[in-house]
Amino acid sequence: MSLSRLQTIKPGDLLPVREFKPDNVQLFFYNAALWNAHRIHFDQPYATEVEGYPGLVIAGPLLGDWLNQSVVDWVGEDGVLACIEYSNRKASYIGETLRSGGKVLAIDLDKREVELEVTIKNEADDVIAPGVAIARFHCEPKD
Amino acid sequence: MSKLLSAELMANVGRRSQPRQELVARREIRKYAIATGQRQKKYLDGDEAPPMFHVALFWDVVELDQLTPDGVSIDSLLPKFPLERAMAGGLRIEYHRPIMAGDLLTATRTLTDIYEKQGSQGPLIFYEVVMEVVNEKGEPVLTEKTTRILR
Repeated sequence: MSLSRLQTIKPGDLLPVREFKPDNVQLFFYNAALWNAHRIHFDQPYATEVEGYPGLVIAGPLLGDWLNQSVVDWVGEDGVLACIEYSNRKASYIGETLRSGGKVLAIDLDKREVELEVTIKNEADDVIAPGVAIARFHCEPKD
Repeated sequence: MSKLLSAELMANVGRRSQPRQELVARREIRKYAIATGQRQKKYLDGDEAPPMFHVALFWDVVELDQLTPDGVSIDSLLPKFPLERAMAGGLRIEYHRPIMAGDLLTATRTLTDIYEKQGSQGPLIFYEVVMEVVNEKGEPVLTEKTTRILR
């Protein structure tokens, strides 16, 4: 019998880094899917001249979604995302390249749970959305 | 005692929204999955909703004349706060079971807390809203706690 995947995971293991460069079409689709008409996401003169932002603001929950994705894509079919907590610390704008990633903090073999730190970083390497998540692995490893 | 949080304002803690029921349509899952750049086939095909799809599912569908000039809809669960400028907030989500196309889900939102903290540039008001989502059998689907900061 080979080791189950859970048994091979160690604290400090890194999640794959994924790069995001959202454009205004993606941001439009995202806010349309929500029914979110906040002008800072699509009205360039409003965002810059009235609100004083350097550009169109990437929606905060979209960054949150990417944190969720970094966990479910890492876990795959071996488990589920049980819990996630994150905050939007700093705004980001269309034109920026962002990166999601994370690392394993702790493993609870009895509960089959892995605690993860997840982040969205900007080009300056600032963490603009930090989070922690719990991934729960299934009892039977899938063949 | 807090300077900003009157007894009248604090009386809003515990206020609960009317339950909202929504049917999960495959098309809506697909749109959300594409817009968020999902990579897994089950999400892109709309069989299962990716995490955080509930944010879109239960976003208030308001009429055009109910939007403020900046395009925002007013959250009727919230009282008028003495501070108004919203700062970044946070979210905590517990997922109990996946959301599948065809699910009929019910969400209830509760204003669970209001508190004040001293920030470096003045007072801050924090408030927390908990959204409970259950399926047609009343089984828990997810619990989401939003924390927002006003300055």
